[in-house]
This record gives sequence, C-alpha cells and structure tokens, in this order.
Amino acid sequence: MTQSLVTARNLSVRHGETTVLHHVNLHVDPGEIVTIVGPNGSGKSTLIAALLGGVRPATGGVERARGLRIGYVPQRLVLDPTLPMTVERFLGLPRRIPAARAREALERAGVPDIGGRQMAALSGGQFQRALLARAILEEPQLLILDEATAGLDQPGSAAFYRRIEEVRRETGCGVLMISHDLHVVMSASDRVICLNGHVCCEGTPEVVAAAPDYRRLFGAGTRGALALYRHHHDHGHDHPHHHHHHDHPQDAAE
Amino acid sequence: MLDDFMTRAALAGIGTGLAAAPLGCFVVWRRMAYFGDATAHAAILGVALSLALSLPVFVGTLVVALTMATIVAVISGRGYAMDTLLGVMAHSALAFGLVGVTFLDGVRIDLMAYLFGDILSVSRADLGVVWGGALLVLALIGWRWSALLTSTLNPDLARAAGIDPKREQLVLTLALAVVVAVAIKVVGVLLITALLIIPAATVRPFAATPERMGVMAALVAMVSAWAGLHASYALDTPTGPTIVCVTALLFSLSTVASSLRRSA
Repeated sequence: MTQSLVTARNLSVRHGETTVLHHVNLHVDPGEIVTIVGPNGSGKSTLIAALLGGVRPATGGVERARGLRIGYVPQRLVLDPTLPMTVERFLGLPRRIPAARAREALERAGVPDIGGRQMAALSGGQFQRALLARAILEEPQLLILDEATAGLDQPGSAAFYRRIEEVRRETGCGVLMISHDLHVVMSASDRVICLNGHVCCEGTPEVVAAAPDYRRLFGAGTRGALALYRHHHDHGHDHPHHHHHHDHPQDAAE
Repeated sequence: MLDDFMTRAALAGIGTGLAAAPLGCFVVWRRMAYFGDATAHAAILGVALSLALSLPVFVGTLVVALTMATIVAVISGRGYAMDTLLGVMAHSALAFGLVGVTFLDGVRIDLMAYLFGDILSVSRADLGVVWGGALLVLALIGWRWSALLTSTLNPDLARAAGIDPKREQLVLTLALAVVVAVAIKVVGVLLITALLIIPAATVRPFAATPERMGVMAALVAMVSAWAGLHASYALDTPTGPTIVCVTALLFSLSTVASSLRRSA
C-alpha cells in the first residue's frame, strides 16, 4: 500500500457557532488528481486551509507525509499596491533561485518573457501561470490548486489544466484541486469528491456524475459535462484542444 | 568626536532611520500603520512605569509595547475590529501614562521630551541603546526577510512553504517594539509612525523589488535625519518635527516626480 501524501480523518471545522466541515475523510495519493467540487459555501476553501494547517480542527485532524513538499496556487493573490514585486523575485520566495532557473520555469509555464515585469502588471492568465511556475519550481510532491483558473477564459483554463497534467506526468506528484469548471473536472480527474459541508459522494468522475446527491447539487446541466467527458475519451487523451464548441450551460456549476 | 552634541544627535537620527525605514516597509505593505501608532502611544505608559520603578526608559517602553501587542493579538477576533481594539488599548495606555507620571513625587520630567523627542540631549549611553536596538532590528528583519515577505504576500502561501505566519507576525511586533523604544528619544512617540511610513512611501514609485524598496527607504530616512538635524539648527526649530518635515517634503517631491514620469 502506498502511503498517502495527505490525509484528513474525521475532520470538522467550526467558524464561531457554525460548523463548516462535518467529519470529512479524504486522502490524496502520489500521482493521482483529486478534484473537490461543491456549491459556494460548501467548505471547499476551508478544507484546503485546514490541509495547509491554517485552520484549527474542531474534531479529527490532518496528517501530512513526513517532509512533504507542497506547491500551492491560491484562488486569489492580492498584492498590496505598495509592494513592488517582479515575477522573477516572486519565483524566488521564500527560497532564492538563480536567474537561469527562474527563466527556465517561466519558459516551461509558457510565459518566457515576463521575468522582469511587475506582478501587478500581468494579465490574469500570465498571473496564474506565474503562480503555477512558482508552485512547481521546487518539485512538489503535492500540488494544491484552489480554483486556480478563476478569471481565465475557457481556452486559457483548458491550457492551464493540460499543463497540470503534464506536470503530474513528468514529476509524478499528487494533485488536489478545487474547480468550478465541470468539463475539466470530469475529463482530468482520477477521483472527484463532492463536498457540501460533508462529503456527499466520491469516486471516479462517472460514478460521481451519476450519484443522486451530485445531480441534486448541480442539476441536469452536468450530464452535458459527462457527455463531453465520454466524447473526449472516445478520441483519446491527445487532443490538445476543444475542437467542438459545446454550448451547454457552464453556470450549472455556479 | 562623540563629545559634540550635534555629532551624537546625527548618529542617533541616522541609526533610528536605518532601522525604522526597512521595518516601515513591512508596516506599509501589511497596512499596520495604525498598529505602529498604537504601539508608540502606549509607550508613554512605559515611560511612566520606568520612571516609577527607576528602570531605563528603553526597558519600560519595550515591555509595554510588547504587552500591548500580545493583548491585542489574544483578544482580536472576538467581536471588535482590529482598529477599535488598538484605539482602545493605545489611548488608554497613553492616558494612564500621562496621569501616572503626575503621581510621581520628586521627579520633575519634561513630558514634551517624550512626546516630541529630544535628540539634542542624546548621551553616549543613549547612543549605545539606539545603535544596539537598530542593529538588533536590522539583524532580525534580515534573518526573517524571505519568510516575512512570503507571509506578507499570503498566509496560506507561507504555510504551504512550511512558514508559520503567526511567528513572522511576532517577529514584526518585536521589531516594532524595539524601534519604538529606540526612536522615542529621537522623534518622540507622536512622530515615530512618520519615520516608519514616510520613507517607505517616498521610495515606492522608484522601487522594482521589495529589497530595493527597503534599502532606498533606509537611505531616505538617514538623509532626512541628517538634513533635518542641520535644518533645525539653522532655523532654531524643534529637531524631531523638523526631521519629519524633511521626509514629508521628500515624499511630495517623489509623488510629483512619479506622476510626471507616468504622464511623460
């Protein structure tokens, strides 16, 4: 049996009087992509914070593999306008890296020329790529992405997730992500965990998409996503892009 | 050389600026200006306690500043906003300090010296305290620099990298208390925050990285201390406020220069 990278056991978290997470069990193994889906306020971000050690559990706890290297891409990173920060300097936080390594990391992230630019001057897509470049710089064993593609258009987020799959293939790291983009969730995850304060269902994308709890939360629109998932699988995984424009409502996830 | 009061004053001002300005960058980045103000105001209670217990002023102010910061950290998040808590703590400490000193028999102290500083009366021993404190703060910030920056950027980002943001907050609080204790002699409690914030704000438009901003802010603070001292000598004005006036003028120049550059 492989040892899990991170494990939550019977994890409950309270914010004041309200219990945000009820007895959550979860684990991420090396090399697998696990996605958490759930409506707003379902405790997704709280769960991530608890896994990172920023929230004190009311019950249960979080166990990390010894010496675990985590790469983290936050949902939003707001830079105070008074803080000057070039992309190159950002990549070297908290550990300084040689300029050549920074350049190489940016090249791999598909944004080779932004090293000298201010973080605040980047477009949304460039900013997310810079965040990802930093997160994978130290070859993490676990990559945690909290709605990392919020604010990207669909081709942008598709490219972003393709990059995540490449990283997983190259380094064998485990990936835990929160996503609202059900296309991506269904096509790129090994396991999906549907969260609504508690884990209401989990399993392979097909299992979760068929689960009544999931249907109740996300409605019928998600069947389109599943159809797309199957469709993609028929064509194999090599397709770099969405060739067909599927016009079904993405806001099913909102 | 140290026999000349102007030389001692210049060295005290430069030492204070050297430590205050890089710390001030973090105060600006983390929006802790009010926290700095509160720590400085509370220091007056520390002055009163030091005089009552015959302790060095440095020790009393340091203890009170740290105590206040700890209490605020413990009771924050229990229904009051941070600025409310700080306001309550700071002004209570200031008021109790002002009232407290009137009960001290036999000690005639010039409170104005603590409110506005008295840089011209800096002794050799004071100079030792100023530079000792300044080097301590610089060493502390230099040692924790990257961890401080990362947790300033985003606490979860820091946690993912194995950094405890709470500990870094504590480092800053400690550094701030030391700077207040050092600067009280130089500019007085009412103007300490100016020495923290204005140099950092002055150089912001011209700095591309956090490191450059820290170094440039320290330079601006040291030049201001030196120029302010000489201006106050020439114009016969109070020295602490004159130093702050110089930083304020530099800030205005920097603002004009950066807006000209942007429109050019």
